[in-house]
Amino acid sequence: MPRKTPPKLTHLDFLESETIHIFREVAANFVNPVMLYSIGKDSSVLLHLAKKAFYPAKIPFPLLHIDTTWKFREMIIFRDKIPEKYDIEMLVYTNKDGTSKNINPFDHGSKYTYVMKTQALRQALDKNKFDAAIGGARRDEEKSRAKERIFSYRNKQHGWDPKNQKPEIWSIYNTHMQENESVRIFPLSNWTENDIWQYILRENIEIVPLYYAKERPIVARDDMMIMQDDDRLPLKKNEEVEMKSIRFRTLGCYPLTGAVESTADTIEKIVEEILKVKISERQGRLIDNNEKDSMEKKKREGYF
Amino acid sequence: MANTALPRAKKDNKSLLRFITCGSVDDGKSTLIGRLLYETGQIYDDQFKTLQEETNKYGTTGKDIDFALLLDGLQSEREQGITIDVAYRYFSSEKRKYIIADTPGHEQYTRNMVTGASTANLAVVLIDARKGILDQTKRHSFISSLLGIKHIVLAVNKIDLIDYDKKIFDNIVKDFQNFSQDLNFETIKTFPISARYGDNITGLSKNVSWYEGSTMLEYLDNIDVDSDMEAQPLRFPVQAGVRPNHDFRGISGTLASGKLNINDTALIAKSNQKTKINRIISPNGETKKAVAGQALTLCLEDEIDISRGDILACSKFPPSIADQFRAKLIWFNDAPMIPGRSYILRTMTDETNATITKLQCQIDINDFSRKAAKELEINCIGVCNFSTQDKIVFDAYSDNKATGSFILIDRMTNDTVGAGLIEYPLWRSQNVQWQSLDIDKQARSIQKQQTPFVLWFTGLSGAGKSTVANLLEKKLNSIGKHTYLLDGDNVRHGLNRDLGFTEGDRVENIRRVSEVGKLMADAGLIVLISLISPFRSEREMAKSIFGENEFLEVFVDTPIEVCAKRDPKGLYKKAMDGEIKNFTGIDSPYENPENPDIHLAASENTPEDLVTKVEADLRKRKLL
Repeated sequence: MPRKTPPKLTHLDFLESETIHIFREVAANFVNPVMLYSIGKDSSVLLHLAKKAFYPAKIPFPLLHIDTTWKFREMIIFRDKIPEKYDIEMLVYTNKDGTSKNINPFDHGSKYTYVMKTQALRQALDKNKFDAAIGGARRDEEKSRAKERIFSYRNKQHGWDPKNQKPEIWSIYNTHMQENESVRIFPLSNWTENDIWQYILRENIEIVPLYYAKERPIVARDDMMIMQDDDRLPLKKNEEVEMKSIRFRTLGCYPLTGAVESTADTIEKIVEEILKVKISERQGRLIDNNEKDSMEKKKREGYF
Repeated sequence: MANTALPRAKKDNKSLLRFITCGSVDDGKSTLIGRLLYETGQIYDDQFKTLQEETNKYGTTGKDIDFALLLDGLQSEREQGITIDVAYRYFSSEKRKYIIADTPGHEQYTRNMVTGASTANLAVVLIDARKGILDQTKRHSFISSLLGIKHIVLAVNKIDLIDYDKKIFDNIVKDFQNFSQDLNFETIKTFPISARYGDNITGLSKNVSWYEGSTMLEYLDNIDVDSDMEAQPLRFPVQAGVRPNHDFRGISGTLASGKLNINDTALIAKSNQKTKINRIISPNGETKKAVAGQALTLCLEDEIDISRGDILACSKFPPSIADQFRAKLIWFNDAPMIPGRSYILRTMTDETNATITKLQCQIDINDFSRKAAKELEINCIGVCNFSTQDKIVFDAYSDNKATGSFILIDRMTNDTVGAGLIEYPLWRSQNVQWQSLDIDKQARSIQKQQTPFVLWFTGLSGAGKSTVANLLEKKLNSIGKHTYLLDGDNVRHGLNRDLGFTEGDRVENIRRVSEVGKLMADAGLIVLISLISPFRSEREMAKSIFGENEFLEVFVDTPIEVCAKRDPKGLYKKAMDGEIKNFTGIDSPYENPENPDIHLAASENTPEDLVTKVEADLRKRKLL
């Protein structure tokens, strides 16, 4: 049963238009939305699509970056160029309570994630009275995400109740909420990691250089390769810094993000590599590997 | 078992197929999905390792990998071995990207299946070869048909457990074709498979030697499911106006059906005006033509008023525009649907208030039969007449899913409580035109030298509503105001004498009284309405038909003990003796107003003091 004519819209075209539609629904239905900007590749794609959604008008909401103070330096340099490039406001928020207590990824483990990410996000959303927060999470990232709605409602404490979600039928989104609720919106829900890379390639979207392979100083630790991004990384006994050609598949706080050995220094080569890889993307993140249900648990607490 | 899957597909110009899987865990549904993901290389080594660990911990398949565990995303699901919610799964072949809506087979299945089916264009129906067609199979097929799915893949699973018997397989196929004759499926394709061992899913099986067709994935890769939305008449539901500066005036939205070329003429449905398309901006920039599915920004030749909720349409085949229509309604809420109650109705981009004026019948999803019903329980499907506050633009769902669908939202909880599939406009809305009159409310109120408004007294029976309202009317009359007092008890002797005290009748009672109140306010009168009106949603409905500052909710707040003690009509005693049913405060709830405009602590003050308080409040609001 061969097709009569080839499809006019490819899967990337479909995903692109769906995301744009969702952005426009957010702008039309909420008073004070914000877009969470993590500096990663998904954020780059999301921002690129936001621009398309509102062109020729400006993107009608600011960006918010939750800065744990442990991001790679190259990420911060990249972030700081965004406001001018996209003519958009970038809000940066750090949980000062956490920094003053010196909460750090080496001594505090999952408490670090809770204080510097989850709590910081909650504080920033409450402080600015944002009623809708747009994020770049995808359903293929993790099992509990696969069950999350595109418009995901949160209670007063920003917690997610997976058993009490609004059914999402057709592309009609219920944007009504109770006074003390807020909503997280995931316009990239239906994208996979492959789709993201193929789209970056197709659209020539700029991403943080850390995604491209290069000789970088790394330390082998807990089955991962951690990059020595600055002098705050304490070396353990028997640990040595060595130079290796590496790149990152996902970006976060540098002491928690594992690199992969690679020579892929162009988007084409990265796409090629991604298609062959045998390990999932989140494996490179220390925070997800503590407990099996850790993402679900974090989301119930108000994590993005 | 080593992970020897195919490499993931690398093309970026694949087409997209969204399908739903129907069946329960027992039929091997999760195993089938897990198998598809595994065989197409979507499962990474670390995920596979986790899966092996979890199989040992929770698995039900002995030594074999329990693929079902791959899909149970939530902690409680893994522990209980059940699926709670719709999950979306993704995989790619060389030709296509697939999105699977994986819906649980038992718990809340109607709600979840409707959700999954609403965005799918094909359904994979799982059948356990040992059991054949079950009631569940019929229900799933019916819902797929209801939601407009035209293509069915019938996966007869566990073929290994019937020794690959062709006769049993053929009988199942025949049974399915027989019962699904009236379900409007365009294609039904059957496969003898074993999800557990992988027969005929991505590779042909030697075990089923008599089977001569393709593998299931090959079939999915090649089936043409585009319902040809491009060939349908133009429909462009407007999401927003775009006005970044004085030089640019556009509208944005997603092209639901048809195609668009520059210089095409199109109809603006709500204002019934024609215009021309001057510019089309697609996601890839300025373009001369666009097709269904694309998110666009359009510039029109004329400066016409067109805003969110309107539809730009083909002028030769215009959509319906009406405030009365018939639709199938699928109910999701624990509280049953009651005709007469007001809900928020939302289409793809429009929103208005709506009431169900009539529940025509209920459809039994087991045998598709229709029967009379007074209410719709959760997960039931009904055929209803709808009346909306403002006109909406729509098509029949069978013609266009995007413009023929809506959801209902509860005003108080903001939950999505129902999904609607529009059938046709009711003749009334086309034949009853709104007669515009020269003397309007303003002219009448100027003549009376007063601002018309409505005071809505709510509270328990015996709270003192009528006493206060009566005294207040006397007072207003004495200062030269034109008033009317609508009393809940009195209207039941005339206008509403056909109504009883069930929840449905109470809702209708309130609807009628508020409409009469509206006419009176329109006549320039100050209207006092005294009604128990126990439910928040009905008071909200009453309020919603009036303009801002035109409706004041007065809560006559008297504790039930005081009311029951006063018992001026002897009703509390009767209710407590069980002589009257559905009595507010006794065996029917009273929902306190959350933010009444005027709150009267009625047991602590004399009626005269309360009237003085209301009067002062009205003066402060400059209504007197």
